[in-house]
Amino acid sequence: MIELANEYFIVLILLSLAVILAVVRIILGPTAPDRVVGLDTVNTIVIVAMVIFGAAFDAVIYIDVAIVYALLSFISTLFIAKYLQGGDF
Amino acid sequence: MIGIVTIIIYILLAIGIFFNILAGIGLLRFPDVYTRLHAGTKCTTFGSIFIIGSVIILGLKTWYLGDMDGSTLAIHSAGALIAILLTNPTGAHAIARAAHKSGVKPHGAIIDELEKKPTRKPAKKKTAKEDVA
Repeated sequence: MIELANEYFIVLILLSLAVILAVVRIILGPTAPDRVVGLDTVNTIVIVAMVIFGAAFDAVIYIDVAIVYALLSFISTLFIAKYLQGGDF
Repeated sequence: MIGIVTIIIYILLAIGIFFNILAGIGLLRFPDVYTRLHAGTKCTTFGSIFIIGSVIILGLKTWYLGDMDGSTLAIHSAGALIAILLTNPTGAHAIARAAHKSGVKPHGAIIDELEKKPTRKPAKKKTAKEDVA
């Protein structure tokens, strides 16, 4: 634990509020691209939250997990977009 | 006594949290896929620059005070920030292109410039010139 751990936990609570707003859009979204936009936003906020966790607990392995999660979520977003636009792969 | 570095970290965290929550509100309030894409991608990218920047400054401060773990924290956080900056706009472009190709129209738009397919005028001009010559 570092000196600024309590402030980083407050930041995590506020980030979870933003995640809840994006999940409401995923549930309400009228079309499929709306839900993909909400999922992309949730992925980015989860990456930031992993970096904050790594700083608050002083564990650098969480930040490595965040880098891998960023690349995997990017690839999944690209494949969902390729599926939505139709045509041949 | 709070140092100047701690105050800078507080300001960066406040700016980042403000823009991330603004992204969530924009996702709920905008009328259309494309405007929601503006809110959900640009605001989170801008906010995560500031939040991860605060972590980088914390790592540099820890390193300056004599602990070598701080340099590892700063460098790995910079790697995560570069991954976000490279992948987020590319994903947004792919989503917007897929939404247009799957038939979602912009809210209140009158003309759709992307629907017109590019004609092959340059090739015809080339053949005409060759015929004249």
